[in-house]
Amino acid sequence: MDAQLKRELQDFAFRIRIACVEEFKALGFGHIGGSLSIVDTLAVLYGSTMKIDPKNPGWPERDKFVCSKGHAGPAVYATLALKGYFPMDWLTTLNKGGTNLPSHCDKSKTPGIDATTGSLGQGASQALGLAIGDALKGRKNRVFLMTGDGELNEGQIWETAMLASARKVDNLIWFVDNNKKQLDGLVDEIMPLGDIGAKFSAFGFHAQTIPGNDIEAIYEAIEAASNVAGKPHAIILDTVKGSGVKAIEETFDNHSITAKAEVYDGWLEALNSDYAAFKAL
Amino acid sequence: MKIVYDGSMDTVLFKDILSTTIPELLENNPDIIYLDADLMSCIGMYKYGMAHPDRAINCGIAEANMVGVAAGLALAGFKPIAHSFGIFASRRVYDQAFLSAGYGQNPITLIGSDPGVTAAYNGGTHMPFEDMALYRALPGSTVLDITDPAMLDNILRQISDRPGVKYIRVPRKTAAKVYKSGSEFEIGQAIPLRNGKDAVIFACGIMVHEAMQAAKELAQEGVDVAVVDCFTVKPLDEKTVKQYAKTTGAVVTAENHNKFGGLFSAVSEALALSCPVPIEYVAVEDSFGEVGTQPYLQERFGLTAKNIYKKVKKVLERK
Repeated sequence: MDAQLKRELQDFAFRIRIACVEEFKALGFGHIGGSLSIVDTLAVLYGSTMKIDPKNPGWPERDKFVCSKGHAGPAVYATLALKGYFPMDWLTTLNKGGTNLPSHCDKSKTPGIDATTGSLGQGASQALGLAIGDALKGRKNRVFLMTGDGELNEGQIWETAMLASARKVDNLIWFVDNNKKQLDGLVDEIMPLGDIGAKFSAFGFHAQTIPGNDIEAIYEAIEAASNVAGKPHAIILDTVKGSGVKAIEETFDNHSITAKAEVYDGWLEALNSDYAAFKAL
Repeated sequence: MKIVYDGSMDTVLFKDILSTTIPELLENNPDIIYLDADLMSCIGMYKYGMAHPDRAINCGIAEANMVGVAAGLALAGFKPIAHSFGIFASRRVYDQAFLSAGYGQNPITLIGSDPGVTAAYNGGTHMPFEDMALYRALPGSTVLDITDPAMLDNILRQISDRPGVKYIRVPRKTAAKVYKSGSEFEIGQAIPLRNGKDAVIFACGIMVHEAMQAAKELAQEGVDVAVVDCFTVKPLDEKTVKQYAKTTGAVVTAENHNKFGGLFSAVSEALALSCPVPIEYVAVEDSFGEVGTQPYLQERFGLTAKNIYKKVKKVLERK
């Protein structure tokens, strides 16, 4: 990976994290753990990989991103705002009455959101339908899908995986945010998934398991997927829930956190300090 | 539209319409796409589907994914038509239809075959008496209970252009012929089949024939009963419903569905606020389905001309 691009995407990831935490601060609570864990993937996708036009979010030929773990919408919103899909000050309206930024992704409300999600498992099927439909329409784009690891509990996920494989849908790139936790606790204790990559391989996917908060690893995995035709792609992201803010990473119950403004200020201070150190390098 | 009802069964099967009209639509409109969940053979779509895997997507025995994929295809610009048995096309996929398609504003059409007692030999596990109730509660939806093959043909030709989630419940075999082939129908517009001044029967689906038989029987006794085909359960033709309720002053509804949430509910809701008149219903009481022939099941659940006749007599006493 080009060193300058890597640095640009790392910089973008810092900015997404800061905007995301500020977004939650304006509300005081929210799904912060699973939002932060996917930020590095968002930075790679929206900072480099995806063929998009923020001024024309409905462009049919664009690459699409379906955040099936719809509760991570706030991370996507921060990314979209930074890319210019809508004004940054929208971020302070998260979840407030009349907002364009609801807790779960809603394509009818938010410019740049490609699919409405929130009932876990459903974004996967929609992404597959989009990938099949785009290919049938002769478009050369790709569809990127993000599911959680807890979300893999849903039967619909494996229905989707079977059909994607049966139809050899190779314009679908499916990320699994393996942050090891679901709402009630550890995935391993609630519904152990074993080797997720092996499961997707067994379902006929080209599967890779990578350090999921590592910009370069994510970038390279997408490149590797681009070189394999005839199969859908799975990229299992070994991530940390709350990634990038040590205090959140170390909070066990970090699926949804309610905190006072001064706590948020502490997280932002740490993030800004890390960002300043990165820029000084 | 021409009414040709004489009480005889249509020689054309609903399945024949599904297996000829859907391929015709697929051939003529590149935006229409068909999905099934391993039941293509049941409606005669297998041969076409196997020959055209990019026009007819077999999603396997995975209905929830099928409806989600249909929503995704709508996102990509298609107008999907998905089929399964009524139970699967309604309650098994309700959250997917509600959220991925309805809430997500991805218009799709769902065909639920073998509604209510027409599931016959497949029995209680396969007998949807609640599908209309579910889909009526989905905002912006369309719910149609098809009367005969001519109606099915015309509805299929226009349904994909409507917004929202469209649910079409239709048997696979046949029903009494009511309309001339080639007739055109307007969704949201009920069809008066017979005028009458003493009472009106609002019926849908297979109960239209039973209503016509009951009205004939009552006429022989000098009771003058109107019959209106309310195939368009949602949107209900409130104007026609109110007009007939007002002129007759007594209403009976007849449907192959649970009494909760279907035509009886829709008509009662429409009349309660502006035209309250005595209403009786012929519908399945709060119970599950069971196995048997369609005639046996119609008797078992009271979905007969005889029962409509009784309910008309009853409502006239309340007038």
